Amino acid sequence: MSSRVPLTYGKKVLELFRNPKNLGRIEDANAEALAGSLACGDMIAIYLKIDESTEKIIDAKFESYGCAANIAAASILTEMIKGKNIQDAWKISWRDISNELGGLPPVKYHCSVLAVGSLKRAIRAYYANRSKPDWLPEELTQEEKHVIEEEKLMEILAKRIQKTEL
Amino acid sequence: MTYSDLSKSIDELIKSHGLPKREVYLDHENSGLIIPEAIKAMNEAYELSGKGHPSITHLMGWRSYQALYEATVNIASVINCSPEEIVYTHSGTEANNLAIIGSSELSPKRKKIIVSSIEHLSVIFPAEKLEKRGFKVIRIPVDGEGFVNLDFLSKHVDKETLIVSIAAINHEIGTIQDLKAIRDIVRDKDDRILIHTDACDALGRIPLDMKKLDVDLASFSSHKVYGPKGVGALYVREGIKLEPIIHGQLSTQKLWPGVENTPSIIGFSKAVEIIHRNFEENVSKMISFRDRLINGILSNIDYTLLNGPLGYKRAPDNVNISFLYCEGEALTVELSMKGVYVSSGSACTSRVLEPSHVLLAIGRKYEEAHGSLLMKVSPFHTTLEDIEYVLEVLPDAVRRIRSLSPIKPKVR
Repeated sequence: MSSRVPLTYGKKVLELFRNPKNLGRIEDANAEALAGSLACGDMIAIYLKIDESTEKIIDAKFESYGCAANIAAASILTEMIKGKNIQDAWKISWRDISNELGGLPPVKYHCSVLAVGSLKRAIRAYYANRSKPDWLPEELTQEEKHVIEEEKLMEILAKRIQKTEL
Repeated sequence: MTYSDLSKSIDELIKSHGLPKREVYLDHENSGLIIPEAIKAMNEAYELSGKGHPSITHLMGWRSYQALYEATVNIASVINCSPEEIVYTHSGTEANNLAIIGSSELSPKRKKIIVSSIEHLSVIFPAEKLEKRGFKVIRIPVDGEGFVNLDFLSKHVDKETLIVSIAAINHEIGTIQDLKAIRDIVRDKDDRILIHTDACDALGRIPLDMKKLDVDLASFSSHKVYGPKGVGALYVREGIKLEPIIHGQLSTQKLWPGVENTPSIIGFSKAVEIIHRNFEENVSKMISFRDRLINGILSNIDYTLLNGPLGYKRAPDNVNISFLYCEGEALTVELSMKGVYVSSGSACTSRVLEPSHVLLAIGRKYEEAHGSLLMKVSPFHTTLEDIEYVLEVLPDAVRRIRSLSPIKPKVR
């Protein structure tokens, strides 16, 4: 481990924080998901409009409660998946997001993990009432597991605090 | 990443941020701005009196020794102690470490360390280090405004207690503790228990008289009195035998080896002198800025909570407010682009998953802590126009960050 803590942000993160792309909700979204929580200090909501016949993502939007890197990660993810078919969107990893943002420092990796985790959740939600394609794994991916762990950890920490109160 | 890559990326980041039309600096908690008088004193010391090594046997060294001693007498006279009772370190963090770790071998029978749950991490972490070595660490809970639970203290302090460490003023929420009551409780139980107070945030804000306070150890930090960075000090009451925690060639002080940074110490001393020269005026200036800022924010922005007490039990320079539905780190970046520099208790700024332990200890929920802003005013650097500018840009900044969030407050 390096002895010096890297700079938190790059230019790309700051630009997307200032002018996020695809911010907001899609009222007639046919897939959406929320990942993280207010307690985590990190939360991303993702809204997808998927063309049912071609399985292409025709629109993607997000909302975010979190730091500048969190907002930038969610923003760039929506740009990356627009126009892609669902299977290709599923393949995007947290590392891809970090790279697209010009590289995130390790302390901010979880922002890109949360963004990918929210997308995967939305895709699973889309197939909840439809026949599942073969490429969609039953087992949760690393990103999805990480998101659940973070959400659970916050519950544990919050309970621990309540316990230590007299 | 190579150094040149990094340098390029910082350049790009700064260029992309752009230069704001107006800049207001309220991050004196993390890095206090220096006053010109301290810079002048330091420069003079580099040019003239402070050049030599203060413990070497030549004229240049003697001049340095003299300058260092005069600077120390100056500080000692302000806090009412003897110059021999002051040990310089290079930060308040080091002074706190010296107090906690340096006292750990004082008595083999005393294995209990009592700290408040809202201490600075430079007190909590050394205590936890000792906990791993077999010490028992008791963390005193605080009430909703950050005042330590005195009954709890009284219940836990005993003949096995080595040290009680409670900051005179909390660095994040500005709570001014009743040190006299704390001292009475501890001394009543056993007058050999060490009392340490982290006074980094108290110097220049409340009168500090070491004789009247009757503590054994007190930490100070130069940048928090608008002196140069890289200097701290520990008051060690005469007769208290600490062990050094770093080792090497001794210079003029037994507890902290290595060459003293004489010019910076001279700058520190000058800053201490200046802030105490018109003490009451400075304090009332800070209070007026503080209260204008607090009242302006609480009355103009919905879903806000003041962290810490109100009125005379609050540090004159401290403003700490939680903005619900608004993530604090994003808010600091947004404000930065408007030229307002502040900090946040959000987990994102602390490089760990948990937000400020101080805010959690006073009972704030995680989301309330994540949305906190810490601002400190300065009697020398802040102006009323600065405060009005912050009050002008803050509502829009909060509105924008809230507009990004999936969970929004109900419209009132």
